[in-house]
Amino acid sequence: METLHFRFDAGSRPLPGAPQLVGVVSSGNLEVLIEPAALGGACEIEVRTAANGFGATWEAVMRDFHARWQLSDARICINDMGATPAVVSLRLDQAVESVTGGPP
Amino acid sequence: MADVENRWNRQQANRSARLARAAAALGAGLQGKLVPAAQVVALLHAVLEPGDRVCLEGNNQKQADFLGKALTQLDPTRIHDLHMLLSVLSLPEHLDVFEKGIASRLDFSFSGPQAGRLAKLAASGKLNIGAIHTYLELFGRYFVDLTPRVALVAAEMADREGNLYTGPNTEDTPAIVEATAFKSGIVIAQVNQVVDKLPRVDIPAGWVEFVVPSPQPYYIEPLFTRDPAQISEIQVLMAMMAIKGIYAEYGVERLNHGIGFDTAAIELILPTYALDLGLKGKIARHWALNPHPALIPAIEAGFVESVHSFGSELGMEAYIRARPDVFFTGPDGSMRSNRAFSQAAGHYACDMFIGSTLQIDLQGNSSTATLGRISGFGGAPNMGSDARGRRHTSAAWLKAGSQARAGKNVAPRGQKLVVQMVETFREHMAPAFVERLDAWQLAEQAGMAIPPVMIYGDDVTHILTEEGIANLLLCRGEEEREQAIRGVAGYTPVGMARDKRMVENLRDRGVVQRPEDLGIDKRLATRDLLAEKNMKGLVRASGGLYAPPKRFRNW
Repeated sequence: METLHFRFDAGSRPLPGAPQLVGVVSSGNLEVLIEPAALGGACEIEVRTAANGFGATWEAVMRDFHARWQLSDARICINDMGATPAVVSLRLDQAVESVTGGPP
Repeated sequence: MADVENRWNRQQANRSARLARAAAALGAGLQGKLVPAAQVVALLHAVLEPGDRVCLEGNNQKQADFLGKALTQLDPTRIHDLHMLLSVLSLPEHLDVFEKGIASRLDFSFSGPQAGRLAKLAASGKLNIGAIHTYLELFGRYFVDLTPRVALVAAEMADREGNLYTGPNTEDTPAIVEATAFKSGIVIAQVNQVVDKLPRVDIPAGWVEFVVPSPQPYYIEPLFTRDPAQISEIQVLMAMMAIKGIYAEYGVERLNHGIGFDTAAIELILPTYALDLGLKGKIARHWALNPHPALIPAIEAGFVESVHSFGSELGMEAYIRARPDVFFTGPDGSMRSNRAFSQAAGHYACDMFIGSTLQIDLQGNSSTATLGRISGFGGAPNMGSDARGRRHTSAAWLKAGSQARAGKNVAPRGQKLVVQMVETFREHMAPAFVERLDAWQLAEQAGMAIPPVMIYGDDVTHILTEEGIANLLLCRGEEEREQAIRGVAGYTPVGMARDKRMVENLRDRGVVQRPEDLGIDKRLATRDLLAEKNMKGLVRASGGLYAPPKRFRNW
């Protein structure tokens, strides 16, 4: 078990609406909770993952996610059970699209 | 015995001598062409000679397994150094004959489950591999320099004259029998049953010398059945990209699909996603394909106009019989498959092949070879290569060709779309993208002249991953090609080492496309998009005609 924290400042897209939960915590899968939060324009992501030692990959996945969406004032919590980067990216995009109503 | 002295008919004379030996050995057991199962070993001892080229029918579907087992019971002091010819080496008996010293040389196409043991036997020197072929290539050699002396084939039924009914699983039988029977060889068929009247004649009695009723029906593998319950959301996302970014983009009407869950996902979203995009009647109309159960919903939705098959698929018989406008069926109503013709159809008459792989390198070479396993190719290299001899045109073929030739001073021609579809990480986080294919090391270990590459990079036109589509037709130069591949390689080391600026530049030019560039709404990428979500759903979609094998009956 490992917990990772990421913070991206100066986002441009405030997160509207209510908190959203997508995905399930099961083998090879993950759960994403996304909610608006007053963070001075930043997007904060907390990752709790069952697979140790993939910090660099998580960082790359999160950096690309932020580059796609530029979220501001958003908090994201991830419970991961060994999902591949592909599943992580898809879940995150699905979570944001379910709040914003469509692709970036 | 004047015949024996004649230099022009030695093969015929030798054949007559073998038949005379068999008649003497079998005595009253031989009734016309019928040989009792208990005398099969005596039959093989009589007709075989050391060093014979023996074709044992076995592919990835039906197997002449009874005759294959009988071969392992031969006395190696009498019959040895056989040169085995096999489409697919998949049963333990196929290798037992080498271990026992009955056979010593092998030419084949695919080895699947025996790939590890094959590599060990080859290393030990008990088995000498001539070459690894594609199916068409091996069939071709049956008519040139690898003509079988004796062929051991499998049929569903025979009549008392020796006519054979091979039915839905006709597969390789016509090619093998033709090469053997018309070059003075001997054809021996194992049959599931002997009947008075066949539903139809697939192989005429004149081409068959002996018929052995097998105590057990031949083994057959339901190789093309994919349970929709195992399809992931990533596979749905990739299927959406395939349909929007390639099928619709090129207007692909004639195609072949690979065997995995990636392409099963495409089949299962034709009646949902592709229908909503207005693509019915515009894409995926004509297929060279085994009767995939996952295709049932698309057939029922009216997407699919015709399917010609390499072989059949267990449980699909009644469904096929009820859809003769779609499948190739005989006057008796049952399907007839033919691997040689379907491979030719896939190579020359299809505009696209799309399938999965295990490893892709930076040139786009694609391989399923892994260390310690000699697995072969099957039909993939013929499906997944541009048909250089093709001369008829189609919109999809012309568009691919013009993309590849834009700006070059060359005569206009088309090109086949060859799509490799792969998740960037396979199971256990093994990257699908590598700097160097395992095939190179395997070639060094096994002393092969060239690495066993399944699909060469210069034939691959698109690589599709969950990250996007790389259109290699639009790449100019090796560097662009490498960056386009890195640009869809996700978070693998190969993908992380991309030149980000160059990939963004390729994206601006449409060489690399992301799901969002294709206007794909990822919220739709869920299993809800599958027309049927499990085996029971496929049965329901077939109107109860599809009868899955027991191991797939999970409800």
